[in-house]
Amino acid sequence: MVSFYLLGAVAVVASLLVIAQRNPIYSVLLLIASFGALSGLYVLLEAPFAAVIQIIVYAGAIMVLFLFVVMLLNAPHEETEHDLRLHPLVRHGPMGFGVVLAIILVVELALVLAGSRPDRFGSAAATSVRSIGRALFTDYAFAFEATSVLILVAMVGAVVLARREPR
Amino acid sequence: MPPLGHYLVLSAILFAIGTAGVFIRRNVITILLSIEIMLNAVNLSFVAFGRAWGTADGQIIVFFVMTVAAAEAAVGLAIVISMFRQRESLNPDMFTALKW
Repeated sequence: MVSFYLLGAVAVVASLLVIAQRNPIYSVLLLIASFGALSGLYVLLEAPFAAVIQIIVYAGAIMVLFLFVVMLLNAPHEETEHDLRLHPLVRHGPMGFGVVLAIILVVELALVLAGSRPDRFGSAAATSVRSIGRALFTDYAFAFEATSVLILVAMVGAVVLARREPR
Repeated sequence: MPPLGHYLVLSAILFAIGTAGVFIRRNVITILLSIEIMLNAVNLSFVAFGRAWGTADGQIIVFFVMTVAAAEAAVGLAIVISMFRQRESLNPDMFTALKW
């Protein structure tokens, strides 16, 4: 229970800091911290496969890709200070709408937390890596193959988009 | 072990943070990072539900979500690089060529 609140607090605070940072490099590093906390939450949920690929694939591959691009573009402090126009969210209409939405969300969360039945998880966790792999290559075989095509298309698309135009 | 509702509330909070980031920030890279926060909030819900029902399906969906997130990050960052070459800026308000 304590570890849940600790990891959840780390995830929430790190995510808040991600969108509060001016320098994108700090944002990426804080997001990696948030993903580490989420991986710990997966461990608490007895989902070791999700926890491991969260670290290896997400924090290890995708975030490093982000980090590469941030350092490649080398524009860390490109920010909103010298925007002449007013930010659209600072106007009164969107601001009031956002406040109403935030209040609704807080009330809903309070209701859920106050009235949540103590529906504990079942004791048996039948989610070993073996069962995941078996399901992935039998029941979800078509989705798995379609995913490989998706990755191929994304790879080709990224190469085409980021290529320099031949002069 | 905390009940299922706690995990869902945490997931909702993370998703709200990601949504706020998309709306508030004016840096394309930070907007992409906010989208990653939202995807991870949904992943947490999937894993919690999968654990509650005792099936492996939750983790399998998480696998597919991560694959799509990887593809999205690759294409999105390629678009960011391409846009940065055109305008020397990461502010989405600079890219209004398609705006009516």
